[in-house]
Amino acid sequence: MAEQAQAPMPSAAAPAPESPATPATVRMTYREAVREAIREAMHADPRVFVMGEDVGAYGGCYAVTKGLLTEFGPERLRDTPLSESAFVGAGIGAAVGGMRPIVEIMTVNFSLLALDQIMNTAATFLHMSGGQCNVPVVIRMTTGAGRQLAAQHSHSLEGWYAHIPGLRILAPATVEDARRMLAPALADPDPVLLFEHALLYNVSGDVPPADAFVPFDRAIVRRAGHDVTLVTYGGMLARTLEAAERLAADDGIEAEVIDLRSLRPLDEATILDSVRRTHRAVIVDEGWRSGSLSAEIAARIAEQAFFDLDAPLRRVCSAEVPMPYARHLEQAALPQVDGILAAVRPLVTR
Amino acid sequence: MTVLTPPAPEREQDRGRAIARLTSMLRIRRFEERCGELYQDEKIRGFLHLYIGQEAVATGVMSCLRADDAVVATYREHGHALARGISADAIMAEMFGKVTGTSRGRGGSMHLFDTATRFYGGHAIVGAGLPFAIGLALADRLQGRDRVTACFFGEGAVAEGEFHESLNLAVLWQLPVLFCCENNLYAMGTEIAHEQAETDLALKAAAYRLPSWPVDGMDVDAVESATRRAVAAIRAGEGPHFLELRTYRFRPHSMFDPGLYRSADEVAQWMTRCPIATYSARLRAAGWLDDDTLAGIEQAAREEVEQAVTFAEQSPWEPMDDLLRFVTSEEVRHG
Ligand SMILES: Cc1ncc(C[n+]2csc(CCOP(=O)(O)OP(=O)(O)O)c2C)c(N)n1
Repeated sequence: MAEQAQAPMPSAAAPAPESPATPATVRMTYREAVREAIREAMHADPRVFVMGEDVGAYGGCYAVTKGLLTEFGPERLRDTPLSESAFVGAGIGAAVGGMRPIVEIMTVNFSLLALDQIMNTAATFLHMSGGQCNVPVVIRMTTGAGRQLAAQHSHSLEGWYAHIPGLRILAPATVEDARRMLAPALADPDPVLLFEHALLYNVSGDVPPADAFVPFDRAIVRRAGHDVTLVTYGGMLARTLEAAERLAADDGIEAEVIDLRSLRPLDEATILDSVRRTHRAVIVDEGWRSGSLSAEIAARIAEQAFFDLDAPLRRVCSAEVPMPYARHLEQAALPQVDGILAAVRPLVTR
Repeated sequence: MTVLTPPAPEREQDRGRAIARLTSMLRIRRFEERCGELYQDEKIRGFLHLYIGQEAVATGVMSCLRADDAVVATYREHGHALARGISADAIMAEMFGKVTGTSRGRGGSMHLFDTATRFYGGHAIVGAGLPFAIGLALADRLQGRDRVTACFFGEGAVAEGEFHESLNLAVLWQLPVLFCCENNLYAMGTEIAHEQAETDLALKAAAYRLPSWPVDGMDVDAVESATRRAVAAIRAGEGPHFLELRTYRFRPHSMFDPGLYRSADEVAQWMTRCPIATYSARLRAAGWLDDDTLAGIEQAAREEVEQAVTFAEQSPWEPMDDLLRFVTSEEVRHG
């Protein structure tokens, strides 16, 4: 990843807000929202600093931290060498040493070079030390496909991280969540990983006042419905909502759309409550299907709401192939609106 | 090498420090020997890596650190923990898996922790402690504190990417880290010449442009004086330093090691350089140590170890209901 993602993106826009903006509501892009959240955190707490590859002079590979070097200087906006393991580990150590680091990793694919530090150090320290060493580090990274970046820059591996006890995994899907999730993540005494879908950075949306923010460990029903529950998160939220609108318009099917927001811990109550009302569920996840987050959600529904189901569980996931470069192949590999429609329609007979 | 002259009244302090070093090494030796027995008795389980032979390193380095400095160590860290001032009781109880252990029985021999003495593990992924250590040092730098972080690792870790990433970053950012490479010539059964293209590790580290010194790790005075110099320089803001502490482990890598890769002759040769025996002899020659003093040190060490065993034996287990505690801080509070 050597470019800033400044060019217009294929649309992944969330639907327009239903209520007119109140004076305190601000409109901005997802990128600006993350930047504002970082700036606010750095002003609020001198222990907060940012570290990662090209976050300073270059402005961030997705331009998230653009301008912050001038504002905060190189001590608090630290460019690192290409040493994912060392600078993620340094973030963990600095967190234990009393700082509140925000570590940026260019993409989730590169986070694998730091996987040992995340898994074997950040996630285990509190436990291995018998409760002595909590690790208040925040690690942000880009995830997801859709920009023809092929098989080493495009995967959605957040589900892997959601496997690990000791980590909190967040996937802000809206501009509001991008703006508001960082502060509670920094306040969390334990390691938090924030996954930002690459296609969301250029999306604009409203940010209501801070007191309207729903706690970051709660899933949110983004669209109410009674015929089927669509469970999704992150980059797939917009197209799942689009599919729900199509189902309503074309089929008269009212789908309820749940945005997980937190992938670990999972807000089971919100998922199960919805499924108990709709009696059907489809999980939409950009990750692969095998051994995945979507499998986990399906299993939990089956374990706890099996007798509430009127139809088999379904999943819409990425094709089990390393992400191809050519646009038509990449699009074919990813969950699409048509695929969601095809999964939902046979479940709901009317 | 410190040359000792006969004691004069003004040398009394030096004598006290020398006796303290000998005492520390002997404590570690007796503790480790007893751990080996307790492993045979199946009181200690899992992996157990004994420090016997390398006592001069932990002893010499720790004697130069302040209470507010930090220590990051490996799975072969009982000696470091003892020398840092963690109680033998808590260390032994940890190995027994008891709730009174340093990590409430959740870490075991390889994961000793004690935030009170700023002892941050106990890292059993080879090389993984280095990035963590530079993070601690970065926190000190950013908060304007003149603390030093001492990071211990074996020569095997020098082949890991983390070693290179961390030295580079520490030098770029001039972080207050003392890298303590304990070169005992073998990474499990792999001798250094089979895994390092450049076996002079001080020379290799110097490529990262930090002061980098080979030190006789079998001589506690040599370790102490090199560390004292390095720590003073680091505290004065001169950036990270690297010590290659040349030493040898007398025992197998762990309790599972059949020892096929080195000859009994070689081990015997190195044992003639036992850091405790040679140091005792030196102190005797200087007139600083006599039979009674040595017997007193021995007895105190044995009593401390036996007391630790009794403490560990009599300590309770963590209740099973607490299995899921310490996964997140919330579970720590609610437990
Ligand atoms: C990343 C990793 N690879 C392999 C191992 C298995 N292992 C444990 S100790 C060890 C040898 C390390 O040797 P060295 O760093 O010289 O330290 P010593 O054991 O001699 O103290 C190996 C290979 C491990 N724990 N971590």
